[in-house]
Amino acid sequence: MSTATREPRTTEVRTTRSRWWGRQPVGSLFALPYLVFVLAIFAYPLGFAVWIAFHDYFFTAPGVDVPKPFVGLDNFAAVLTDPQVLEAFRNIGVFLVINVPLTVVLSMVLATALNAGIRWAAAYRIAFYVPYLTASVSLVGVWLLLFSSGGLVNSVLGPLAPDPSWLVNSSLAMPTIALYVTWKQLGFYILLYLAALQSVPRELHESAATDGANAWQRFRNVTVPGVRATTVLVLVLAIITGANLFTEPYLLTNGGGPDGASVTPVLLIYQRGIQQQNPDTAAAIGMLLVIVVGVLSLAANRINRER
Amino acid sequence: MRRQRGTWVRYLLLTLAAAVFAFPFYFMVVGAFQESPTNTPDHLLPTSGWTLDNFAAIDSRIDLLGSLGNSLIFTAGVLLGTVTFGLLAGYAMARLDFRGRGATWVLMLLVQMVPFQLLMIPLYVQITRGFGLGDTYLGMILPFAINTTAVFIFTQFFRALPQEMFEAARIDGASELRILTSIAVPLVKPALTTVVLVTFIGPWNEFLWPFLITKDATLQPLAVSLANYISNVAQSTANPNGAILAGATTLAFPVVILFCLFQRYFTASNIGSAVKG
Repeated sequence: MSTATREPRTTEVRTTRSRWWGRQPVGSLFALPYLVFVLAIFAYPLGFAVWIAFHDYFFTAPGVDVPKPFVGLDNFAAVLTDPQVLEAFRNIGVFLVINVPLTVVLSMVLATALNAGIRWAAAYRIAFYVPYLTASVSLVGVWLLLFSSGGLVNSVLGPLAPDPSWLVNSSLAMPTIALYVTWKQLGFYILLYLAALQSVPRELHESAATDGANAWQRFRNVTVPGVRATTVLVLVLAIITGANLFTEPYLLTNGGGPDGASVTPVLLIYQRGIQQQNPDTAAAIGMLLVIVVGVLSLAANRINRER
Repeated sequence: MRRQRGTWVRYLLLTLAAAVFAFPFYFMVVGAFQESPTNTPDHLLPTSGWTLDNFAAIDSRIDLLGSLGNSLIFTAGVLLGTVTFGLLAGYAMARLDFRGRGATWVLMLLVQMVPFQLLMIPLYVQITRGFGLGDTYLGMILPFAINTTAVFIFTQFFRALPQEMFEAARIDGASELRILTSIAVPLVKPALTTVVLVTFIGPWNEFLWPFLITKDATLQPLAVSLANYISNVAQSTANPNGAILAGATTLAFPVVILFCLFQRYFTASNIGSAVKG
């Protein structure tokens, strides 16, 4: 996503007569499967999603053609007045408030520590990266045991253990999920920061050190501004990941319980659209979610540029 | 003196963090081979009670080998499509001058921005009802069959090759397909490894999509059948912890092994371009 953003410029010798279809028209044949795929798997469903959201759409038996009338903004009105939907968006808010700052700070600090020519750097990197590689379903199984009421975390905490326990506690369920996702994804963000740190010139650090800046001042005034572009990327990716949350609340809190405290928009899309057979409201939730994510990503971009 | 203290703090920080990151894995693997996985800190270094029963237990509830096979078919299908069509499209984007290349490039950038949540319902309708591909491998594979990230990675690598080589081959009368398979692909083997590793993780770990479209347990990949075990079966089982950990270990192992073997291919820039929201 960050690597290539420019139309390639060919540096070949200009042929005297450049043909309308290009010099190697066979290229369009090579790109054709990809184009067909994009049309069938992205463009068409995208248009279909918008269409469903504005119609009274329901599943019918195959071959049966029932009118699906245009209902304007009815689906959106139904979704926006639905307390469960509003709660799902609030839950995502709780998630992002915990997950995003933790992710940015921890991955930047750990990457900076790793970057300083440390011994066994590869071993540390593997330790950080392995949770990211592993299927969430596997790790959810482990966390379920660790954070259950008789689990290891509580037996270490002893009398300090929360009651009711983490994942069945309506005010702790979402924060626990946010911690889980931070832990799972952090290795990936550390890798992004490690790559960015390579391009922060060493001389800047050295001259700052000669001027008498201590480690914290150097981190604050050299490292942090030096990796700003990556910070924007990390912010946006963390927001998108958070908005996509499904597997963790579904499995860790048994379908979004306790009292819907960990229901997320994607979980609702699944429940409304597929379990309760209301694809139209589900599509409206999807569109709302995409709008919210878009606005948040733009805001992350803006804030970072202005500072 | 100051410098040494800084280093010491750095090692302490990294070691603490690494312990927090690695511990759940240790817990998972050790627990998978224990008669009763511990929930108390003083049994974290077990000396006895090693057993393979947990794997037998999970295998008796979900067909472990069968669902591993399904995961493999799903992943192999995605990889085959990604590599074949990715190489073709990447080569065209990097090396061929054809009408519509600019438009294709813009399309590729747009595709990276379409979030899956928005496509979930229409794709589900389209694939299960439109194409009738619910409960089939093809239906599972189709949405992931071509990976735009892979096209980007291949384009980058092909673009880095010297132009003269292609001109020479064209003057010798080689067809573009021939140039791609005999000249370009052998020169970008690192790109192939990268793409395979980066795209392997996706379908192997993917839960939501196969979960949506497979109701038939004999077709479900391991991630889905393990999730079903965790959310439905485990509550009614006497001692499910060991079985869950055994299943989790089985699912986690192939990717971790691959990663440790090919660690040096996971460079940040490639992974960074692999991210799709």
